[in-house]
Amino acid sequence: MTGLRLAAVLLAVFAASFALAQGDPRRSGYREMGPALQKMQDDDAANPAMLFVQAGAAAWAEKAAAGKSCADCHGDATASMKGVAARYPAFSAEAGKPIDLEGRINLCRTTHQQAEALAPESDGLLALSAYVALQSRGQPIAPPDDARLSNLRAEGAELYKRRQGQLNLSCANCHDDHAGRKLAGATIPQGHPTGYPIYRLEWQALGSLKRRLRNCVIGMRAEPWSYDAADYLALESFLMQRAKGMAMDAPGVRP
Amino acid sequence: MSRALAALLLLLPGAAVAQQDSMPSLTGKPGDPARGRAIVANRTVGLCLLCHGAPIPEERFQGNLAPSLAGAGSRATPDQLRLRVADAARLNPDTIMPPYYRVDGLTRVARSFQGKTILTAEQIEDVVAYLASLKD
Repeated sequence: MTGLRLAAVLLAVFAASFALAQGDPRRSGYREMGPALQKMQDDDAANPAMLFVQAGAAAWAEKAAAGKSCADCHGDATASMKGVAARYPAFSAEAGKPIDLEGRINLCRTTHQQAEALAPESDGLLALSAYVALQSRGQPIAPPDDARLSNLRAEGAELYKRRQGQLNLSCANCHDDHAGRKLAGATIPQGHPTGYPIYRLEWQALGSLKRRLRNCVIGMRAEPWSYDAADYLALESFLMQRAKGMAMDAPGVRP
Repeated sequence: MSRALAALLLLLPGAAVAQQDSMPSLTGKPGDPARGRAIVANRTVGLCLLCHGAPIPEERFQGNLAPSLAGAGSRATPDQLRLRVADAARLNPDTIMPPYYRVDGLTRVARSFQGKTILTAEQIEDVVAYLASLKD
């Protein structure tokens, strides 16, 4: 009897999770890619972003001005950084405001390492971001359940729907309403930030989510925000919330 | 008399709709369909093929976000086509079709494009002439 009951419960749980998996209409950029690019991303020897990961691993152990390395506080990143990138942006009590992963890295540098902040999109910042993000590979995106992020997420959601630029388009026009369709030759992805930083073939370089957002803003013929603008942080926060539960696949390769 | 008035009242809203559904020439001169075709095919000038397919076989990678332009001249008059290119939002506020001949009501336009329409009046006329030539 209890065995039967257990079987029934197990069946119900299985059915529910199956339905959830089947019913989730969200697709990552990875899933939209062809098999050749997926293979390039999956093979660490072929994924160009892994060169940055190697540089990031070296930087992790490098002692900064104050004589401290990342490893001196955080130890082995493969253990201590697991799932961390999947939780950012997050509210930093230290900064008194929400920050993204790059912001967290630079906050550590300026406060704990007495080192210079790394410039946006610099090789150094991308390398450390890629190394930390790699430790969340396969982990579900897990935005903090933190009311101090609510305003930022709401602002991001509003921005996502706001039409901008000479072409008068919003993010939602393409990534909600026409995802899966072809913009010229390219499949429009749903815009889930599962793989950042990404190695984008169009760039022939590694780049952050901010750089990717900037590309779309320029495509709309809108005025791009500067890299330190709060607008990016708002969009990042909204997009991570929107992708909650999806598996991280950083560092990604994208067309 | 009252019948004539009723007929007039019936006509008026129709006339207003007909007016909203089309736009007269922006230049008073007919456009050049060959130039219009080149504008439509150019991905940095007309941008049309990013979203639309068109019977321009030498251009690969045409988009499919929006209806094909093939047969556009059979589906709409030149004046109707002009309105749809110049400011399609007047017909459907939710359209994703960019307003090719409007500068007001836009947000955060990049500095280099501020105060400029996507296409000039002459270019709009060329595009309309090309689209009008696309008969099924």
